[in-house]
Amino acid sequence: MPSSANPLAAPRMRDPTTEGPLTRRVLLGIALIFLALVLLLPLVAVFAEALRNGIGTALLAVTDRDTLAAIRLTLLVAAISVPLNLVFGVAAAWAIAKFEFRGKAFLITLIDLPFSVSPVIAGLVYVLLFGASSVLGPYLSAQGFHVLFAVPGVVLATIFVTFPFVARELIPLMQAQGTGDEEAALSLGADGWQTFWHVTLPNIRWALLYGVLLCNARAMGEFGAVSVVSGRLRGETVTMPLQIEILYNEYSFVAAFAVASLLALLALVTLVLKSLLEWHYGHELAASNGRR
Amino acid sequence: MNTLSPARQSWNWKRPSVIPGFGLTLGFATVYLSLIILIPLAGLGWRSASLGWADFWRVASDPRIVAALRTSFWTSLVAASVNAVFGVIVAWVLVRYRFPGRRIIDAVVDLPFALPTAVAGIALTAIYAPTGWVGQLFAPFDIRIAYSPAGIVVALIFVGLPFVVRTVQPVMQEIDREIEEAAATLGANRYQTIFRVILPSLLPAVLTGFSLAFGRAIGEYGSVIFIAGNIPYVSEIAPLLIVIKLEEFSYPAATAIGSIMLVIAFVVLFAINLIQVWSRRKFGHAV
Repeated sequence: MPSSANPLAAPRMRDPTTEGPLTRRVLLGIALIFLALVLLLPLVAVFAEALRNGIGTALLAVTDRDTLAAIRLTLLVAAISVPLNLVFGVAAAWAIAKFEFRGKAFLITLIDLPFSVSPVIAGLVYVLLFGASSVLGPYLSAQGFHVLFAVPGVVLATIFVTFPFVARELIPLMQAQGTGDEEAALSLGADGWQTFWHVTLPNIRWALLYGVLLCNARAMGEFGAVSVVSGRLRGETVTMPLQIEILYNEYSFVAAFAVASLLALLALVTLVLKSLLEWHYGHELAASNGRR
Repeated sequence: MNTLSPARQSWNWKRPSVIPGFGLTLGFATVYLSLIILIPLAGLGWRSASLGWADFWRVASDPRIVAALRTSFWTSLVAASVNAVFGVIVAWVLVRYRFPGRRIIDAVVDLPFALPTAVAGIALTAIYAPTGWVGQLFAPFDIRIAYSPAGIVVALIFVGLPFVVRTVQPVMQEIDREIEEAAATLGANRYQTIFRVILPSLLPAVLTGFSLAFGRAIGEYGSVIFIAGNIPYVSEIAPLLIVIKLEEFSYPAATAIGSIMLVIAFVVLFAINLIQVWSRRKFGHAV
């Protein structure tokens, strides 16, 4: 608050809907220190630990044969699970937002379910379904198709934990947009696919991108669910987060943090793109961005 | 819809529409949902039911499992409470105050959603270990953060924070300033306004954020196992015990812990829905 030059002027009244300057500073200080301790410090630590012995050592660790295999697997898993959840998200949002039917609220609750379930349970259910003690597992193994401790299991577990991302981004937005545009297109003679490609898709593209971004970040970073089903076969079923754990438990801390810094960079890129989308296309994103 | 053909009126579970693709999209969504989520989860329920009540109880009352569930529960409770308090302060500062870098800090709040849990886990361990940047400040006083339950709480605060901030923030933005002005005109000082007018109207959002953070914390695995030290009966969390039991091939124990945690997750979901209903009734809107 600027101090008054004229000492005889009446004391300025404080805006009654805000706190005094001291309280404001204290609250701001508490918030910033808390965020620094909880959020920023870990982020800085990842890069500091990775570069502890110089960038050469970090690069050497990242180009290790097993680590490169882990990076390839992580990219493969994301390349399978994100498109599948994208198609599901669009289909589910179309059915839920464009039509009125009974049981809709229940369906939405079921779609959100993976967010409420521990990632370890996501892994556990597939172990029970495809494990040695199950009906399905031994049969598939006899056919030469291994799910558990193999890539399909890793993909399935990743799909489970990233399941709702695209759908829950699209559903509130498409519900808010209603069906007017589609009805207009149909009445002008467009068929269903034309309506979807030329009318609906442009309306939801930024929200779609937003959902894919979050889905991909989680798919590449998932640890708990994948660690249960992976079996940690080096060079075969080890994703980047699992490779971090293996290196860390072998006391190869610099290598572990070097791989971790790659994922931290991915997280930063995700955050930047996500913020850009929010700043530029906030009105075209879901109305309720609060809960996820 | 006013163009109903008599044949379609018999579809009483779905309102007729000119838009195509209902059967295709709902069919695909339902099948995919069932295959990926519902059938595997039902398998867990079926396996734990086939244990039988007596066996289930014998397995679940194992002291190590009880201790792990207790550790998970109270560390999640403490972390969610810390997040409820600091999350409200952070949201308040972000909504009400203007300061340089506000938008960047606003974006950084989502870091725990974007940063893989394993990365957060080893980073937090490096910081809060006795030789770490923060840990060494506490080491002279013989206070251990990493490799103790306190470390678990730190990791859970990290993963849970955005849930509170992102739930409370939009509701805070909607607060009508006129209500605060009215309170001030009626002679309330700022603290009375905050504690008697603003915070009560934020309560449903805070409780929802708390529940979301708690629900996430109780199932959290990746960020905790590095910092916890994983000492049985002391700093071993329930999700880790599931993994340990699976590695020992004791599937009944893993199934029992898993189904208990699934029930806890459903209770949290139910609590959140109750808060929504209560909020809608009292304040006219959900959170």
